[in-house]
Amino acid sequence: MATLSVCQTQLGGFSFENCKRNAVLETEVTKVGCRMPAARKTGTTIVGVVFKDGLVLGADTRATEGMIVADKNCSKIHYISPNIYCCGAGTAADTEMTTQIISSNLELHSLSTGRLPRVATANRMLKQMLFRYQGHIGAALVLGGMDCNGPHLYSIYPHGSTDKLPYVTMGSGSLAAMAVFEDRYKQDMEEEDAKRLVRDAIAAGIFNDLGSGSNIDLCVITKGRVDYLRPHDMANKKGVRTGSYKYKRGTTGVLTKTVTKLDLEVVEETIQTMDTS
Amino acid sequence: MNTRGLRSQLKDSVPVTGMGQHVGAYGVQDTLRSGFSSVKNELLPSHALELSEKNFQLNQDKMNFSTLRNIQGLHAPLKLQMEYRAARQIQRLPFLQSSHLALDTLKGNDESISFEDILNDPAQSEMVGEPHIMVEYKLGLM
Repeated sequence: MATLSVCQTQLGGFSFENCKRNAVLETEVTKVGCRMPAARKTGTTIVGVVFKDGLVLGADTRATEGMIVADKNCSKIHYISPNIYCCGAGTAADTEMTTQIISSNLELHSLSTGRLPRVATANRMLKQMLFRYQGHIGAALVLGGMDCNGPHLYSIYPHGSTDKLPYVTMGSGSLAAMAVFEDRYKQDMEEEDAKRLVRDAIAAGIFNDLGSGSNIDLCVITKGRVDYLRPHDMANKKGVRTGSYKYKRGTTGVLTKTVTKLDLEVVEETIQTMDTS
Repeated sequence: MNTRGLRSQLKDSVPVTGMGQHVGAYGVQDTLRSGFSSVKNELLPSHALELSEKNFQLNQDKMNFSTLRNIQGLHAPLKLQMEYRAARQIQRLPFLQSSHLALDTLKGNDESISFEDILNDPAQSEMVGEPHIMVEYKLGLM
């Protein structure tokens, strides 16, 4: 197939070569009666609220894959720049990659201008990128940060529309969380009140929506200080077993016993931490 | 720079001749280079975004030059396109990877990262073109 690559210049970016094959596969698979594998979504409740000197972002920590919980403690509050953070709902890979790309672009931009990046810049970059892909990138984001003009909070939808508001919710649990906000939001709250309000809103999403669950993560952004509280509150703790269900030694009679010693020497020891939950 | 009002110049609609067909000499489909043609494969795009992504850079450039022409006069896009043309000629032989450093700096691509830089890096493609054929094609000998 070398003659094919003569004429076409190689371009990076998305390649649509397999789309036709996938369409054919999907019709074949539905004929047999199975389903195509589902992408991992983040179900989710994500919220943001502006208070007197800054803003608070909150998110739950459950990632679903169809009807199964894929990750009990995933991190949905992504770093964009030292003063800007972004919560992501929708397809997990899309939110992850989009926020990483925008974070890199903002870093290059701030190196080029020599200033701390503004939230409006991040918002504009995100909305232009999402509109370019016409909603095929399934990333619904809550973008919040503190810059020279004060605290700003934006919500960005997968097709590229944005809203600038004092309090926003996104995700499958957004209605439950918005109910809490509409009831108790006041302008110019104190930090502790704002944190409690966000915690209650996420808890409403966790307990009333199947797509959200596990713990509550919070991110408080004020001038010169960012508190990333993970986990802020463990709303759903796994139960502890009340008794030991292991059989005692000697329950089964032992007939024969042979011990073979393996001569091994420790060459290298490395520790890799896992995200256990 | 995303400006509106230039829709008529954007290449997003499906052209009548079909997409990706290499027209060889005498205006006939070039079977040697692009294989047999089938109407279904060539006429319709396989994904809604395929055409708009293929023409994205072209469309952006067109919009930018158009705006520049309206604001600053004809000389602005002309000068820029002359510089782009000069910078595009600085590259290696066609089958090797050239860095396009001058062109990227002129276009401002050295200050941004997008999916073109992350996915499907041409430097790491699995297929290598046949050097002789590629050079002959570039020189127009073939």
